[in-house]
Amino acid sequence: MYQYDQYDQAMVDARVEEFRDQARRRMEGKLTEDQFKPLRLMNGLYLQLHAYMLRVAIPYGTLNGGQMEALADIADKYDRGYGHFTTRQNIQYNWIKLDDAADALADLAKVEMHAIQTSGNCIRNISSDHFAGAAADEVVDPRPYAELLRQWSSFHPEFTYLPRKFKIAVIASKKDRAAMRLHDIGIRILKNDAGEIGAQFYAGGGMGRTPMIAPLIRDFVPLDQLITYAEACLRVYNRYGRRDNKYKARIKILIHELGAAEYTRQVEEEFAHMLSVGVEPPREELARIAAYFVPPPFVSSEVETPDLSTTLEANGGQNSPFGLWVRRNTHRHKHDGYVSAVISLKPVGGIPGDATSDQMRLVAKLARDYSFDELRVMHTQNLVLPHVRIADLHTLWSELDAAGLGAPNMDTIEDIIACPGLDYCSLANARSIPLSQRISERFAANGRTGELGELKLKISGCINACGHHHAGHIGILGVDKKGTENFQLSLGGSEAEDVSLAKITGPGFDEDGVIAAVETVTDVYLGARRDGERFLDTYRRIGMEPFKEALYGG
Amino acid sequence: MADNLGTSPDEVQFRFRDDEPADHGTITVDACCDQTNATAVRIEPGDDARVLLPFLDRLALVEVNFPGFGDGRGYSSARILREAGYAGELRAVGDVLIDQLSHMRRCGFDSFAPDKRLDEDDAARAFATWENVYQRAADANLLGRRTIADIRHEA
Repeated sequence: MYQYDQYDQAMVDARVEEFRDQARRRMEGKLTEDQFKPLRLMNGLYLQLHAYMLRVAIPYGTLNGGQMEALADIADKYDRGYGHFTTRQNIQYNWIKLDDAADALADLAKVEMHAIQTSGNCIRNISSDHFAGAAADEVVDPRPYAELLRQWSSFHPEFTYLPRKFKIAVIASKKDRAAMRLHDIGIRILKNDAGEIGAQFYAGGGMGRTPMIAPLIRDFVPLDQLITYAEACLRVYNRYGRRDNKYKARIKILIHELGAAEYTRQVEEEFAHMLSVGVEPPREELARIAAYFVPPPFVSSEVETPDLSTTLEANGGQNSPFGLWVRRNTHRHKHDGYVSAVISLKPVGGIPGDATSDQMRLVAKLARDYSFDELRVMHTQNLVLPHVRIADLHTLWSELDAAGLGAPNMDTIEDIIACPGLDYCSLANARSIPLSQRISERFAANGRTGELGELKLKISGCINACGHHHAGHIGILGVDKKGTENFQLSLGGSEAEDVSLAKITGPGFDEDGVIAAVETVTDVYLGARRDGERFLDTYRRIGMEPFKEALYGG
Repeated sequence: MADNLGTSPDEVQFRFRDDEPADHGTITVDACCDQTNATAVRIEPGDDARVLLPFLDRLALVEVNFPGFGDGRGYSSARILREAGYAGELRAVGDVLIDQLSHMRRCGFDSFAPDKRLDEDDAARAFATWENVYQRAADANLLGRRTIADIRHEA
């Protein structure tokens, strides 16, 4: 994986000192809170309901064991012994003191990490496919492009005071595991008919109060023009994105109002101009970065390695607890003899995405022992050991299971995405966490989880949609209804390559009611499904009516 | 259009040029397009800087106004002018604060007339924040500043 050189290190070190100085000037009264706020936000510091929250970037979701241990140390040293992995491959600490923030950032810099631009109206952490570098179906490893974009977007002098935040995701397979088209810019690296690698650009997607799916704006950008094209996209947005209303300031509104064709025309014009100016990094830079992402020394498939079925047979078979975990929580690797293993942070009744410092340290050790010291963070708030030998799977699972990290529930109804909600967040209208805990308990108890198969349930505590409810096969949105929490149910969303936005079923429910409603819609699915259909497929085939009928009667 | 629209040389706190500062009232972008003898103009956030491109030869001063520091359109205006070869004074005026100075400088601003005078030591530190930079911005084109990637790949 990528390693900082002296220049990268100097940049994060300079940033820590800059922030220390900003905090000093705030304390001395030289900066007003209004002036300081965007500065602290661009260093990941939010003011939440009870305390400051620090959001640390995990660029394109990749980190090593030492970095995970540093995250654990920060949880112990500056917080309450745990952290929360987010839907954009970041980690958040909920109980940070402002006085400690610069020291926490300095600790991060020591392990080549940072909280740069994890908030604020700037280009945020670049996210990517959590199986990048491992997935059997990827065209190339998308992370070198993401790293190139990370460097370009860090401290960009022109794009630090954009109309609104700006999120970019990069993938490199047809399968979309990064909600790419729900980003301000989504980039898919692909091969064209001539066998050349380039970048497909989508722009203007997003969730929030006005969810939109990003339209395609450029089918193929040559790799040596990638940064130039991104810069053109951003310049048009910086100049013409709305600044009169923060709720209409995201690029999706600009593109919606201009039309994708007109936005594209303006970008192309700017792009042609910028090509003549010369903003692209030297071509060798991409090659230099890519060299850090060479595959680890996999044991050659010519060496005798057991395949999955042999391993399952030797360890209790398909239906043993281990077998279940293998079926649900492993993903096909590009190299025979290996899989990617998902570590669920969704124990039944647990808080989605939370990990204690002890769990982080264990995961770091497991990464060293079984995955070439590599880890990934998923946008679904789980962790991945990307390169696990099939021969090691049972030992790995035993260690995970003993630590309470062996929940076999990836992409099931227990694998709920939930925002922090009203338990932490100053924007929230409703509590997402207790609801997700109760839903996972309900389905674990009624034994339906397995029968329901892939069913992505996503909960947001307010219309900002951090819990991705618009993209849930089942989505739940918490709203405030005359001072009480109310939950709207929606169906039919997807963040994947079959991207779609969920539709609201009808009037909302209280907490008990929405849990019952989720059970009701799953009953409708089980009654109506045809062979091999997921919940989403059945919904798309039969439409909303049968679900409405069951929920609200005639 | 008012003749006293712009800032006077006295109000300029930081200047990275050796020539004499232009000392005449700036006019709006609209007025600039009509007046063939104007040499100083002031860009507001909503103005299209490209409208000025035909007149760059005769302009000695372009002020870019930041009514609020959070409105970043002026950064694009500055780079657009520099990319078009504008070599005159480019002055950031208005709500210009310490922590915007280094980025403004990189976008091609070479003089600064903040509404409220800034602490000299803090400003000096701010201008020197980044020893090296990742992006090719106006400083690459104008000052020949090499980016980190350029330095990495020097023969």
